[in-house]
Amino acid sequence: MDLLKRFAAGDLDAFESLFRQHQAAVYRWIARIVRDPSIAEDLTVETFWRAYKAHARFRPDGNFEAWLRRIGTNAALDHLRSKPAFVALPDDIAADPAPDVAEQNESRAAIRTALASLPARLRIVVQLGLIEEEPYRTIGDSLGISESAVKLRMFRAVRILRRKLHHWSARP
Amino acid sequence: MNDQELKELAKKLREAVPPLRQLELRRDLWPVMHARMNEPRLRVPWYDWLLLAASGLAAVLFPSLIPALLYHL
Repeated sequence: MDLLKRFAAGDLDAFESLFRQHQAAVYRWIARIVRDPSIAEDLTVETFWRAYKAHARFRPDGNFEAWLRRIGTNAALDHLRSKPAFVALPDDIAADPAPDVAEQNESRAAIRTALASLPARLRIVVQLGLIEEEPYRTIGDSLGISESAVKLRMFRAVRILRRKLHHWSARP
Repeated sequence: MNDQELKELAKKLREAVPPLRQLELRRDLWPVMHARMNEPRLRVPWYDWLLLAASGLAAVLFPSLIPALLYHL
């Protein structure tokens, strides 16, 4: 019996093998959403825990990696919804930077603040699509929505970001 | 918003929030997973559920008992 069939049947050894094969990929995916290595580790374990509990619902002829990614994305979204985003300023800001550097730092901080203020379901699309440059199809699969739904969310997110950044740049 | 404007916004975003393409897992997480799987889980015994159901049913059938039930909580 192959690994996925054994996993679906509840075989613990099969689960361990799959865990070891896929943990790094799941971690990388989640880390790109939550942007915190230790939280990404916790959520990787949470993802596999949810997968283990749902083993009977997994179809062995399906794509295990895509299934895991979807569970991981949901776990990361739950995290983003439960924790207000913290926007850290870069550590390397000089005490008295040159005016153009200061302005650049301020501009980047404004962008991070605007991004962090987006609703989680929009922020995840911007982070994966515009920052990490993942294809819309992959993002859609991981969220369980169509490619056109991803585009719609991106459109909404960009509109909000532009409005917020416009307010920021129009300050006196 | 046209493609060019979207590309410019994406560029600004990547400057402010750099992509994490090279991030690697620092340790094997299986021991953590294994420990989690062996954690004792909180189980509510069946008779507690029965008592709860009986209390709910009593409250529906005999609303006058609700103050007495609340008093004994």
